[in-house]
Amino acid sequence: MRVSIVINGRAYEDEVEDRTLLSDFIRHQAGLTGTHVGCEHGVCGACTVQLDGEPVRSCLMLAVQANARSLRTVEGLAGPDGELSALQRAFTEHHALQCGFCTAGFLMAADALLRRRPGALTETEIREELAGNLCRCTGYEGIVAAVRAAAAETGG
Amino acid sequence: MKPAPFAYRPAPSVAGALDVLATEDAVALAGGQSLIPLLNFRLARPEVLVDLNPLTELDHLEISQGSLRIGALTRQATLQRSPAVAAGWPLLTEAVSHVGHAAIRNRGTVGGSVAHADPAAELPVALAALDARFHLRSGSGERTLSASELFRGPMTTALETGELLVEIEVPPAAPGVRMAFLEHARTHGDFAVAGAAVVVVPGERAAIALLGAAPVPVRASAAERAFLEGADGAEVARLAGADVGDRYRRALLTTLTRRALERVLA
Repeated sequence: MRVSIVINGRAYEDEVEDRTLLSDFIRHQAGLTGTHVGCEHGVCGACTVQLDGEPVRSCLMLAVQANARSLRTVEGLAGPDGELSALQRAFTEHHALQCGFCTAGFLMAADALLRRRPGALTETEIREELAGNLCRCTGYEGIVAAVRAAAAETGG
Repeated sequence: MKPAPFAYRPAPSVAGALDVLATEDAVALAGGQSLIPLLNFRLARPEVLVDLNPLTELDHLEISQGSLRIGALTRQATLQRSPAVAAGWPLLTEAVSHVGHAAIRNRGTVGGSVAHADPAAELPVALAALDARFHLRSGSGERTLSASELFRGPMTTALETGELLVEIEVPPAAPGVRMAFLEHARTHGDFAVAGAAVVVVPGERAAIALLGAAPVPVRASAAERAFLEGADGAEVARLAGADVGDRYRRALLTTLTRRALERVLA
């Protein structure tokens, strides 16, 4: 089947098998390798992208299901000139990543949270929302601190 | 990772989906948060996948004559964020917050949780405590089942080939009703080992449904009767766990039931 999927504002059109996972379409066919693929059964959260602004697992959707839909991936966070978003800067400043494998998933989940709940967030809210993403390097403290800082900054 | 090959058919209508489900080796795809892992692991290898997601008529959440009507395709996140559900049936708001994680609930559907019938699923247990009615449709008509009629075993329901769960109806909440849902999982967001859903109107009505007592939601009828006869929380909780063979689960279920009762009676 031929699909056209809008990712970060640009339409990617290609032929896919019915069984092609959305995560594989994003990486192999759209060439957007910022989205990482970990467990491929919905546990690790590494492949989290935004579908119509809400975080979803791209390994638990078929590419054909995203036909004519709009996605946002980690490549869509920075400005057109490459300037990092407040959330991305906070991740750097608070040592919220080490190997970086989980980072794209965390950013997409946290970015959606910041948009849905603008303003200062409690640690509990952040931990609840990010509980579906696994990080084996940081121990999560830096990630929570980064999201708190970004929430305080963007929420004014 | 790739699922085994299948033919993808977006459902043109409920009738169209029922037709494919009745005549081919087909499986219905709702939110996909349980089915797609099964496909990825090739534990499920259907020839045809009927995608229900285009059926917006199944994606509705409304109150009609006091009853809550949940379309089978309603996302778990929609149920969780509904102020009307939180006001009238807070048990569902609590139970659904334990389902997977935020990104899972954005795709996962209420009907999918019910039809998948995982023994560790929260929504079937909460719906059993609320005396929900499950509306099924097939090419030959409709029928309505209770939780005890629908849930038959682990991952097994009374749904027949060519039949689809289309709506879940939760009866009106009685005045003065109190509800609580508690569960124990080994880590946050993991599958629950045990859980208790309690819905009571002191002196009038008691429903206690258990997760983890059996491979299907179980109503603790002896405990419900004892509650109505005025037994204290500890005795009601003891009765709720009394028939559970495994000592660890029995201890969990007894404690969770007691704590849920303490919460609703506080």
